Amino acid sequence: MSPLLSTLTFVAIGCYASAMALALWRLLRGPSAQDRVLALDFISVNGTLVVLVVGLRFASTMYFEAALLMALFGFVASTAMAKFLLRGEVIE
Amino acid sequence: MTPLPWLVEAAVAALLLASGVLSIVGAIGLVRLKSYFTRMHAPALASTGGVWCVTAATIVYFSAVEGAILPYAIVVSILLAITAPVTTLLLARTGLFRNRLAGKDVPAAFGGNPGSSLPKRD
Repeated sequence: MSPLLSTLTFVAIGCYASAMALALWRLLRGPSAQDRVLALDFISVNGTLVVLVVGLRFASTMYFEAALLMALFGFVASTAMAKFLLRGEVIE
Repeated sequence: MTPLPWLVEAAVAALLLASGVLSIVGAIGLVRLKSYFTRMHAPALASTGGVWCVTAATIVYFSAVEGAILPYAIVVSILLAITAPVTTLLLARTGLFRNRLAGKDVPAAFGGNPGSSLPKRD
């Protein structure tokens, strides 16, 4: 991998890390519970992006499966939390 | 390993940068927007634009390295394109329901029951 792309993967991961830090502020402060769930969902999407970029950096396709699983579990987690806030229970 | 053509490198670099910028703009929106229902729009930047740009960068890079089209990374963005609207819809209904319960100024539910945003359970 060329030095340009190697540097740019670090820049992209830095962008995702700052985005996660900002979302963490919203997660800790958020006035309502649904704000916190929204911030958690955003953090999980950014984690998926970090794994994809790390896979690009180390030129390995093994990371795609990890990213897929992270996206799937993030969806399940935010859906379960939103459903709990909406109805008081997850599975009716 | 032979160096990649400069066009491929430029494309991957631009896509990675675009993805990072989209993600951080979404985070700034999540922090700075005023009300919950406007804040819900911001994370969509990361889960659509950010993910599609990273997927495109990955596909371009691995296809150039291997010399064949390797489209497997697109599965992640297809999965997120399916799941992100479901989460957003559920969170919007949650916000509406809880704002109604708290007596805030939000549109009333159909059917006259001010507390319910879903049909009643049997």
